[in-house]
Amino acid sequence: MRNIMKTTIVSVSLILFLGGVSFGQGKILKMSTTTSTENSGLLNVLLPEFKKDTGIDIKVFAKGTGAAIRDGVDGNVDVIFVHDTAREEKFVADGYGTKRYAVMHNDFVIVGPKNDPAGAKGTKDALGAMAKIAQAKAGFVSRGDDSGTHSIEQALWKKAGVPLEKKTMEIVKGGTKATLSFDHPKGLGEWYYSIGQGMGKTLVFAEEKQAYTLTDRGTYLEYKYGRKEGLDLEIITEGDEKLFNPYGVIPVNPQKHPHVKVEWAKAFAEWLVSSKGQGLIADYKIHGHQAFYPDAFPGAK
Amino acid sequence: MEFLLDSILSALVLLWSFDPDLYFVIYVSLKVSFFSTLLSSLLGVPIGFIVAFNEFRGKRAVITILNSLLALPTVVVGLVVYAFISRRGILGILDLLYTQTAMVIGQVILILPLVAALTIAAVGSIDEKYRKTAMTLGATTLETARVIFREARFAIVAAVIAAFGRVIAEVGVSMMLGGNAKGFTRTMTTAMALEYDKGEFVLGVALGIVLLAISFSINVLFNVAQGRTRS
Repeated sequence: MRNIMKTTIVSVSLILFLGGVSFGQGKILKMSTTTSTENSGLLNVLLPEFKKDTGIDIKVFAKGTGAAIRDGVDGNVDVIFVHDTAREEKFVADGYGTKRYAVMHNDFVIVGPKNDPAGAKGTKDALGAMAKIAQAKAGFVSRGDDSGTHSIEQALWKKAGVPLEKKTMEIVKGGTKATLSFDHPKGLGEWYYSIGQGMGKTLVFAEEKQAYTLTDRGTYLEYKYGRKEGLDLEIITEGDEKLFNPYGVIPVNPQKHPHVKVEWAKAFAEWLVSSKGQGLIADYKIHGHQAFYPDAFPGAK
Repeated sequence: MEFLLDSILSALVLLWSFDPDLYFVIYVSLKVSFFSTLLSSLLGVPIGFIVAFNEFRGKRAVITILNSLLALPTVVVGLVVYAFISRRGILGILDLLYTQTAMVIGQVILILPLVAALTIAAVGSIDEKYRKTAMTLGATTLETARVIFREARFAIVAAVIAAFGRVIAEVGVSMMLGGNAKGFTRTMTTAMALEYDKGEFVLGVALGIVLLAISFSINVLFNVAQGRTRS
């Protein structure tokens, strides 16, 4: 009898102890977002302000857009904040998200070594620059991680008329065969490096190889001016509309995952597109440069 | 359950389709692991043998240091080597970072202590009477060392296999120093990490199953080889 008592007490206190991690810590919202959002430092401004206004703490998991959306599909998080409009719309259409809120956009830039071996500088035309890089077989580092940035890069190669190799892979999903595919220019491992890593790592890789890469402006500014060691790469092409990068925030649908904190997630999404959230986004500067442009109130300063 | 089944089936489909990318990833993994195991064995076995065979002051300290280096995190090895070979590092002009050579360098540092420590343990476990008998029979130090080495050879091979297992399964050094460039420095483990990042879990686990199958075949080969020498 005493033994049973003992076991009960031990296990109850163990459960309380383990459970205590999540007890009494106030409101916590889990969010998966892309590495570029996290690396830009914007969240460090937004999240404390949001907490001040609502008392909700946000735990951030930064990964590629693919994995961030996957977290939403699996119900691992309450809200996702990503930049791949087509996949975001599919996410909502498939019933995994309640609604996509258009929050802001930033833009991509093509960066490369100062001496510009491909001679791609001096034009606003992103496609022309990409074509020149491919033609010169100057080094190019690709995210290659199925992220939003990677999707845009693949689209740019295609539109630039660079001959691509389509790579497909067969896997089994839900018991039936499915294929995964992605496109890349010829010359894999020679001049085209597909490294499957986040934006920051990709920039460092490009710097190391003195190669070109496609990056969001925020991460570039952060790496170029935000670190003691700087970044030995220059902007080659900027300002082309094709380099536009819209971000959306989507609460995970409680109909798929009843445990998600949809009310708080909705509060966060609405706060982001409120005049306060939009103003903070517009005011956010990375080393003196505006990095994000609010989309809900384009007029917000 | 469905997830595991999907992964196993995907692994079979991948292997069966003779996907050139998959085989290249396997090839890079095996090549890099082979060279790092070879180099660390060429260095680590003699070091371990010399430490175990000789009596000297500070021997225990050396063994303790080697044993604690077994817990060396791959990320630490990666960072230190990175600092040396990146373009800003003192060996920057060699342009080593993000190459297979860089991966081998990191992995050798990672498993050298393992090979040395296990060799010391292997030699240490050989009964003292072998040494005494050899000496009594008038063997020179070198001949005695040969006898001991012969006795310890299976345990030393086991040390090398353990080292190979550690490098083929590690991801930190390969990712930080190799950079996971497709068709160049992507290995099975960095490919798995990438599939996780992409949210393609099935493919990630499928690669894991392939890795285990390869490791199993290599161990079977070693086993057969050992059985031959024993008889």
